Amino acid sequence: MTTHIEELLQRDSFIERSARSRAKALLDAGSMRELAGPFDRLHSPWLAMQQLVTQADDGVVVAKGLLAGQPTVVLAIEGAFQGGSMGEAGGAKIAGALELAARDNRRGIPTQAVILFETGGVRLQEANLGLAVIAEIQSAIVDLRRYRPVIGVSAGTVGCYGGMSIAAGLCSYLVLTREARLSLNGPQVIEQEAGIAEFDSRNRALIWGLTGGEQRFATGLADACVQDDTAEVRATLVGLFAQGLPERHRSERADDFLAALARVDTGTQSTPADVRTVYAKGAQ
Amino acid sequence: MERLEFAFGAGQPTLARTVTGVVASGDLEVLLEPGAAGLTSIAVQTSVDGYGATWKALLERVFADGALPAARIEINDNGATPGVVRMRIEQAFEEARS
Repeated sequence: MTTHIEELLQRDSFIERSARSRAKALLDAGSMRELAGPFDRLHSPWLAMQQLVTQADDGVVVAKGLLAGQPTVVLAIEGAFQGGSMGEAGGAKIAGALELAARDNRRGIPTQAVILFETGGVRLQEANLGLAVIAEIQSAIVDLRRYRPVIGVSAGTVGCYGGMSIAAGLCSYLVLTREARLSLNGPQVIEQEAGIAEFDSRNRALIWGLTGGEQRFATGLADACVQDDTAEVRATLVGLFAQGLPERHRSERADDFLAALARVDTGTQSTPADVRTVYAKGAQ
Repeated sequence: MERLEFAFGAGQPTLARTVTGVVASGDLEVLLEPGAAGLTSIAVQTSVDGYGATWKALLERVFADGALPAARIEINDNGATPGVVRMRIEQAFEEARS
């Protein structure tokens, strides 16, 4: 027990870091340069109209630098600001940075990207503009991943939801921690829309059992499940980038996943073990 | 949401610009940039209405003696307590020095 506590105290938590600090910790020391940063004051014009306090970077950090010597752009979403929701300005920063990275590749600079997903999805206060920008992010991921891997990380504790969970699914590789959750709809949304018999949003074991990082890794929807440890997250990214592009991106195997899901008996509540069996049969 | 503005006498401009904190629940973001010598201006955006007098008292306690370097400060506050506000401001000045 003592060793366990000591170990936790020694660990350099990735989850506890802010978005800016996460980006800085991932990139090679001294190589980070922030683009469209807080002093450019790209505040959300829509939040203020709704009497909500804005953040000067709109909750997104765009950090350019080197990762193990390779040109890399890190797009870090700040989960503590408005639930990491994607608004027009923050979303445009991510989409724009990915588009520029793809252009770099076409000009002979092999830029790769890391997206730190800590997001509830679209920012409801910005409605269609938020949705539009998520679509742009998705297109930009698909464009860039033709050249160099785009790696998604969701460490927690917000997790990754909504349209941004689709963006995570489009990434070349996805890295999660046990604390992370990945799902299209959040637990409360499912309960609200389908009833508590369908999904009890207060049942934490059920939520993490079905949508947590460990389960998503076991079912092949993520490529690594790591400790909440900054050095381990970084080393995992370096290893995955070194592998280069996957033979087939996960999203190109959508038919396999759909075939697996078609065999699910929806008459009974699936357990985490059932779900693993379903994916083990289908996602090969 | 309420916007407040303050100005205080100050020393020479700060050397660097820094950003500290996040607009998270109970926290705030402080953006600090070099200001014109002798003047610190502070623009506050806060989620909690009606606390202008508290902000004034707190900021006077930090800036009234004019000893800190001159800065242009933007504060985006999401319900931080006075203690947290003061620590974030001090953190910003400390990081600007280092």
